[in-house]
Amino acid sequence: MTTTSSNPNPLADTMPTFIGMPKFPTMAKEALGNTQQRRNLQHATHTIRAKRAAVVGEMNDWEALRRNGADTKDEVLAHLDTYLEQLEAKLVESGATVHWARDAEEANRIVIGLVQAEGVDEVVKVKSMATQEIELNEALEEVGIAAWETDLAELIVQLGDDRPSHILVPAIHRGRAEIREIFRNKMAAVGRPAPEGMTDEPRQLAEAARLHLREKFLRAKVAISGANFAIADTGTLVVLESEGNGRMCLTLPETLISVVGIEKVLPTWEDLGTFMQLLPRSSTGERMNPYTTMWTGPAAGDGPQNVHVVLVDNGRTHVLADEVGRQGLRCIRCSACLNVCPVYERAGGHAYGSVYPGPIGAVLTPQLRGTGSAIDQSLPYASSLCGACFEVCPVRIDIPRMLVHLRTQVVDEHRGTRNAESSAMQAMAWMFADNRRLQKAQRAATLGGKLLGKRTSLGAIPGPASAWSGARDVPVPPKETFRQWWSRTDGGRR
Amino acid sequence: MSQTDARAVILERIRAAGASSSAPAEVPPPPPDTVLDESAMLELLVENLRDYRAVVTEVNGPELRPAVDAVLQRHGCRTVTVAPALDDSDRPTDAFTVIEDHGLSSQELDGIDAVVTTSRVAIAETGTVVLDHDGGQARRALSLVPDVHICIVRADQVVTSVPEGVSRLRPSVEKGLPLTWISGPSATSDIELNRVEGVHGPRNLEVILVR
Ligand code: SF4
Repeated sequence: MTTTSSNPNPLADTMPTFIGMPKFPTMAKEALGNTQQRRNLQHATHTIRAKRAAVVGEMNDWEALRRNGADTKDEVLAHLDTYLEQLEAKLVESGATVHWARDAEEANRIVIGLVQAEGVDEVVKVKSMATQEIELNEALEEVGIAAWETDLAELIVQLGDDRPSHILVPAIHRGRAEIREIFRNKMAAVGRPAPEGMTDEPRQLAEAARLHLREKFLRAKVAISGANFAIADTGTLVVLESEGNGRMCLTLPETLISVVGIEKVLPTWEDLGTFMQLLPRSSTGERMNPYTTMWTGPAAGDGPQNVHVVLVDNGRTHVLADEVGRQGLRCIRCSACLNVCPVYERAGGHAYGSVYPGPIGAVLTPQLRGTGSAIDQSLPYASSLCGACFEVCPVRIDIPRMLVHLRTQVVDEHRGTRNAESSAMQAMAWMFADNRRLQKAQRAATLGGKLLGKRTSLGAIPGPASAWSGARDVPVPPKETFRQWWSRTDGGRR
Repeated sequence: MSQTDARAVILERIRAAGASSSAPAEVPPPPPDTVLDESAMLELLVENLRDYRAVVTEVNGPELRPAVDAVLQRHGCRTVTVAPALDDSDRPTDAFTVIEDHGLSSQELDGIDAVVTTSRVAIAETGTVVLDHDGGQARRALSLVPDVHICIVRADQVVTSVPEGVSRLRPSVEKGLPLTWISGPSATSDIELNRVEGVHGPRNLEVILVR
């Protein structure tokens, strides 16, 4: 992959599902045809949204907490080298081994080496965005190491040979009947089969997962995790979870390997006071998630005795070098922005072609990977710029501003070149120039996307139009903002 | 390239990114903590624990042992594991088989019905109990594998807010102790967002609050 700017920092060298992935409009159009998924998503996002609003409303001064969180993260990003060196020193002092990885390939190589050194051919895994980003499971599989996902949703995704569609609830696009089928057909091949006579009742499905995974937990020698936070002044890693699969992985095996993005550092232990409030309330809408594990190197006689930490760049320094874009590194992956996004709600997570879906994915992915591919060029358009994501973001990331910034970048990169993407831009300009055309396109799209599929001339409408056009039963999300922006900037050219 | 190179390259990329210019002049302080008197604080703790489906028993000191027994009875437990360091006054009576942990394997723990532990800190505002696994709190596997976790919390361990709890835990972390924060029993909402309690952790969290 090539960098398009003079920036010396390389981009992420891999991210699953990217290569050859159709761009957002195509993916969104497909997703819009899937009513079951849309219903599930709508139910999920609305439920979590309401819970979040309730527990945030309980707080005396949420705004002050957000500001403290945002500025703490900015402080980290401004002096990231210092904090990483401090974290490393503390980790080493506590008995952990620290590794550094410039990109995904290097991170995977390090992890594979560590697993092979233990002489095992399987590992248990705690849900981790970082390991999805670097495609660790695939890399392990290539060398004959089975990586068992242990989060219920990740298990559903893995057994179903599927991709996650939401940061917090990755299998939200699957209904209970589908999950039952997946368990019945797939569990036996990789371990304990699903119980005879299992119905699609959630309790029974969860019990099947408990039994299936327990034998794996009890025999596992090596676990792989990510980390929500890494504390520089104590060398502590933190993992938040709900099911207890995290505790199993972080406690029972002999060796623990944690893959941690370099932006996960917090300066001091006391900063957790803020973040342990911001994250659970924004994420699951709970006052606190059921389980959190914090560890500071190996503990004598308790848990893994070989503790490794792999600090991963993989494009993050590239994001850091962008003055507007660097605030994206504040992200604590709570997924609140997904749950309020009208485009995400309709298009679903898969349309973003990235492990980071929704508004944050629309800004982070093209920055991590660069805007070299069709999907990455289209991602900054996967938004109506309504601003809801900024309002809920616990670390005040101004996603709308970043989207506009990225759109400008995409257009700049293609000025003067006649390729598919710039024609797409023109097609969009043409669409938005005349209100009747837009409405016509919307009407066409309500026929279920089938019609759109035949009309090649409309096939290139970037994100927002195709997302809106599928929204038959809901009012069109705030298009004014986008259109105002369009005319003000002459389609991002100004 | 070797590891030292990777480290140097990443640190150099960070410096070249020039992000220090966007350092906040001063990080604004977090909002002040909520202050509650002791009885209000304990009441809030109990309310929030129950809200997240933990079962709470409130006792005075001498009632503790019978209360532990009663919980075990209620769940039909026979075997109970404890840390060797757990005080006699915190243990169940002879009516149950008490197995001290001297390095029980995960498989052995899987065959035990319940565990009794103490705790380090409890946070009222969130209904959270925190273990640093020292002494009677037992190593982590004990409060993880058996299906019933009886957790003893003493009134002087309770704080109102998360930041207060975090400050109190600094000494544990500096000693290198791992922490487990527990807010209700294990739960998942992964299937059509239906809450199901008890996936991998203990399906039953029983908190005994000693006043
Ligand atoms: S951008 Fe903000 S709201 Fe979205 S996942 Fe990240 S922290 Fe949460």
